[in-house]
Amino acid sequence: MSIGLHNSAFKNPVIRWVDSRLPIFSMMQNEYGSFPTPKNFNYFWNFGALAMINLMIMIATGIFLAMHYTPHVTMAFDSVERIMRDVNYGWLFRYVHANGASMFFIVVYIHIWRGMYYGSYKAPRELLWMIGVVIFLLMMATAFMGYVLPWGQMSFWGATVITNLFSAFPVVGDSIVTLLWGGFSVDNPTLNRFFSLHYLLPFVIFGVVFLHVAALHITGSNNPLGIDPKGPQDTVPFHPYYTAKDSVGMVVYFIVFASLVFFAPNLLGDPANYIPANPLVTPTHIVPEWYFLPYYAILRAVPDKLGGVLLMFGSILVWFILPWLDTSPVRSMRFRPIAKWFLLLWGIAFGTLMYCGGKPPEGIYVVLSRVATLYYFAWFLVILPVLGRLERPLPLPESIAKPVLRGGGPLPAGAMTKPMEKA
Amino acid sequence: MAWPFISSMNPARDVLALSTTEADIKSVPVGGAVTLVWRGKPVFVRHRTAAEIESAVNVDLAELRDPQPDSARHKAGKAEWLVVIGVCTHLGCVPLGQKPTDPRGDFGGWFCPCHGSHYDTAGRIRKGPAPANLALPTYAFTTDTQLKIG
Ligand code: HEM
Ligand code: FES
Repeated sequence: MSIGLHNSAFKNPVIRWVDSRLPIFSMMQNEYGSFPTPKNFNYFWNFGALAMINLMIMIATGIFLAMHYTPHVTMAFDSVERIMRDVNYGWLFRYVHANGASMFFIVVYIHIWRGMYYGSYKAPRELLWMIGVVIFLLMMATAFMGYVLPWGQMSFWGATVITNLFSAFPVVGDSIVTLLWGGFSVDNPTLNRFFSLHYLLPFVIFGVVFLHVAALHITGSNNPLGIDPKGPQDTVPFHPYYTAKDSVGMVVYFIVFASLVFFAPNLLGDPANYIPANPLVTPTHIVPEWYFLPYYAILRAVPDKLGGVLLMFGSILVWFILPWLDTSPVRSMRFRPIAKWFLLLWGIAFGTLMYCGGKPPEGIYVVLSRVATLYYFAWFLVILPVLGRLERPLPLPESIAKPVLRGGGPLPAGAMTKPMEKA
Repeated sequence: MAWPFISSMNPARDVLALSTTEADIKSVPVGGAVTLVWRGKPVFVRHRTAAEIESAVNVDLAELRDPQPDSARHKAGKAEWLVVIGVCTHLGCVPLGQKPTDPRGDFGGWFCPCHGSHYDTAGRIRKGPAPANLALPTYAFTTDTQLKIG
């Protein structure tokens, strides 16, 4: 970039004055206005924008909850009950925040699935994908610590079990756990630091999301065909096309969100968390929130403590190397007749783990968890690397525009791009 | 440079200072148990019956995951008093078995409902995912029935 005032294209003198000195308006216009976007997105491409909105909702409701919340073991539970009963609209903020966490994971799981199905992790988007995995890990940490704050029975025992995972590491394990607790058990120092970090991490996530979007705008978006746009006939400007399409998705998202908040606010929660924490009595069924169940099932599928912990962490860390495990040059599963079914089966394995994670660790559930865990890893470590070499993909379309324009004759005069330029 | 930050997260001095508990256990009947609190954790004190002691002594050490004879689990001459930290060595739940109505697992000691660990009448791990026996706190009998933990 050269030094000197930016040559702004804006006409409004005030905007132009600012934009010449700090070209944020140009940046917004380039990145969200005229940004060339493949024209064949389906609704799976809504979920990135939805995740962004969800993050803002969490931060907004969280900041207002924090104004009434007291991070102390003797007062935390009561302060949350006071938010529910006495603080004006406190019930609304708390239910939006608690169910917002669930919505966030629903949205992000679909977003990740989209990436897996359409091969969005492949070159040149490897780093973009890895930044996404970092966001997911930060989200998990944030949600875990948030769940501890109301200091109910599940808060306390969830925190105890999860922090104790680190004791599985030989030699340093116990010192790590003492360090995490700031004491000899989960107690007030633990609650205080979790509150501090729960406040901080969403803003870290915000920063990493910025990197995620910055990387996206270097490589451009993938699309359901998984082939690169070859020119302006393959793309449309982000605004108004995808701002409009994202708005449709947003309406559906808010309908689901509102149904949860207003009609079933405790559907996804555990009733035991309305019992104040008691360090001397463990509830008979400790289960994490639904979005952690698959990993919990993996942990319990392994009869060895350290092995279970390693496999559990490994189940997400393996996503980092996914771009290199998949040896097929074809991105979209639409053109991978065999891999598509194996991936679908992986989705079923993930669902099975989620189901088993919520059941007691005995009998058929243990067997199912073990089979599903085995397949979970086999897909990444065996099937994907090998299948990419053996499978014969279907022929890829020549361009994004071609299948749309049926047979790919010469572009009908003025079709697709022209009228929009006026808008 | 990073050390002060890390160190500040470790237990503070007041937390370290609060680390002894005393109790009189005279009133615990044979076969009964009492749960004390030490450093925020439950400590199980079990007044073992002769049959419980015997079953703990007559175990083939080779069968144990974390082999320890019963004599290493109690103070000399105090075989009837078993004092262990009531925290499952798997992931830290509090096992059941202190109340007469609780399930005590396959070996008559404690049963951890979280992921199904069974402990015997000497608090040794016998079955389930936990890797080690229930830990022993540092403790002493200051009189015949006065217990000082920490
Ligand atoms: C990534 C974004 C976030 C996620 C996933 C998240 C998740 C959660 C969860 C799962 C809970 C427990 C809800 C319950 O069962 O009561 C919670 C509670 C809480 N969160 Fe967040 N949170 C986020 C952002 C924030 C932010 C930015 C703040 C404050 C600045 C905040 C402040 C609080 C407070 C004060 C509570 C305790 C009150 C309550 O339990 O409702 N959160 N959070
Ligand atoms: S915590 Fe006791 S079995 Fe897992």
